[in-house]
Amino acid sequence: MSELLHDPMILRQIIMDHYEYPRNHELSEEEGYLARHMASASCIDDIHVQAKLNNNVIEDIRFDGIACTISTASTSIMSELLQGKTTTEAKAIIDAYYAMINGEPYDSELLQEAVAFHTVGKQANRIKCATIGWEAMKQIIEEGEVHEQK
Amino acid sequence: MIDLTAIRRDFPMLQNKKMQSHDLIYLDNGATTFKPKQVIDAMTHYYTDLCCNAHRGDYELAYRLDQEFEAARTSAAQFIHANEREIIFTSGASEGLNTVAQGYGRKFLRPGDIVLSSEAEHASCILPWMRVCEETGASLEYIPLDEQGRIGADSVAELMNENVKVIVLAHISNVLGYEAPIRDICKIAHQYGAVVVVDGAQSVPHMPIDVVDLDCDFLAFSAHKMCGPTGIGVLYGKYALLDAMDPLYLGGGSNARFDMCGNILLKQPPYKFESGTANIAGILGMKAAFDYLSNIGMETIHAYEKMLHKSLVDRLRTMDNIHLYNPDADASIVTFNVKDVFAQDAATYFSANGVAVRSGQHCAKLLCDKLNTSATVRASLYFYNDMKEIERFAQLCEGADMKTCLDVYF
Repeated sequence: MSELLHDPMILRQIIMDHYEYPRNHELSEEEGYLARHMASASCIDDIHVQAKLNNNVIEDIRFDGIACTISTASTSIMSELLQGKTTTEAKAIIDAYYAMINGEPYDSELLQEAVAFHTVGKQANRIKCATIGWEAMKQIIEEGEVHEQK
Repeated sequence: MIDLTAIRRDFPMLQNKKMQSHDLIYLDNGATTFKPKQVIDAMTHYYTDLCCNAHRGDYELAYRLDQEFEAARTSAAQFIHANEREIIFTSGASEGLNTVAQGYGRKFLRPGDIVLSSEAEHASCILPWMRVCEETGASLEYIPLDEQGRIGADSVAELMNENVKVIVLAHISNVLGYEAPIRDICKIAHQYGAVVVVDGAQSVPHMPIDVVDLDCDFLAFSAHKMCGPTGIGVLYGKYALLDAMDPLYLGGGSNARFDMCGNILLKQPPYKFESGTANIAGILGMKAAFDYLSNIGMETIHAYEKMLHKSLVDRLRTMDNIHLYNPDADASIVTFNVKDVFAQDAATYFSANGVAVRSGQHCAKLLCDKLNTSATVRASLYFYNDMKEIERFAQLCEGADMKTCLDVYF
């Protein structure tokens, strides 16, 4: 993964691919999904994220909405990366992603294609876009874990 | 002729400012504008030379401040050809529009009455009336826009009847920069006894305004969009209407007498609307802004902006990668998208190259029906922008695509 970090062309390609062909980009009408609506006053992005948790495993992640390249691609990548993971594994990946965005040390192996956003902080006003879907997933996992404990 | 070298020298924000290591080019003047040193100095003058409360003191310093305070009201009145008694200092256009909705609308609207607005209004214009209609049982109806997104006086005429009591519209639309035919609309409205409330936030800073000629009943605008300070603005209203309506707030300064039985005697307009200590530095700064613009001349400013706007539109028109939504705008507002690039991504590309433009999602109805897009980029010009900036911006537009818009992250 680390060699990827130094090739902007490949990273840009990853972002464009996920923007033009976003994965899991349709909300489910089935029951059993936890959901978050993410919209902020400071930005245009307005997305819905859904996830189905079963026995602390993330079985499915979906999203939809009006969003920029950065938020669409970062949410699409997140939806692929966290699917099938346990909530504990997912939380470690989310932590690594936030560490990367905040310029702290992180394990790039955990992040796979999500390393495409390692320089997003160069446009500081867009950090929110790169984390909007991830933040939704973080909240969903927290909510899901509370449910499981009950 | 406009002396741009001299003008640009007056603005500290136009002196060697960088954004992302490029020379800053500010094209978000529809949001707010830069301030000349004359305005900044006027505010400092209050805090360093005149710092006391207005309309309060018996001492000489307070008297001197009062002179300057009321001179600001005179400047505001002259700027829009009104009488001083009809000038209320507000925190900005939003407060002015809310004052009319709450002070006039809530007091006089009855169930069955109609308030007319358009499908393209700014939130500050329409939201106060949504609430007032809900509270009074009046209904809010929308004037349809034509194919381009303009409001025609004939569409207003078609909707008029004796139940229409208020028409509330922006003079210039903040999205597409089209001018509403306020004069004709006022004429129609007055035949039915309706009052016309005008949001002048995007018009007063850019063109000569004469409220007597327009014959509008209320006009609200903000100083910060016309080289003045933030947090200060003006509400103009015809005196008889101001006299009949209620202030938004009650408090010190707005009442002449009151007693413990609940009897309140309010002062005459405009003072009954100005309770509490005013934004005095802002008012003196706003006066300096009126003086500054008047010195250049609003006709001159308007003509120069038209020329600048045409140059930019002529350049953008030739570009295959640019979708231009309002080439025929009346104001110097250019609304566009880079083809296949989401508006916010384009705005980030411009930012990375030193240019401040706004990306925005606008009134859904307007955009979905007329423009077929969910968001656009807006470049809004002012008289201190120059051809060099327009050319640099045009070149950046030429080079904008998905690839260059993503390059700014690496």
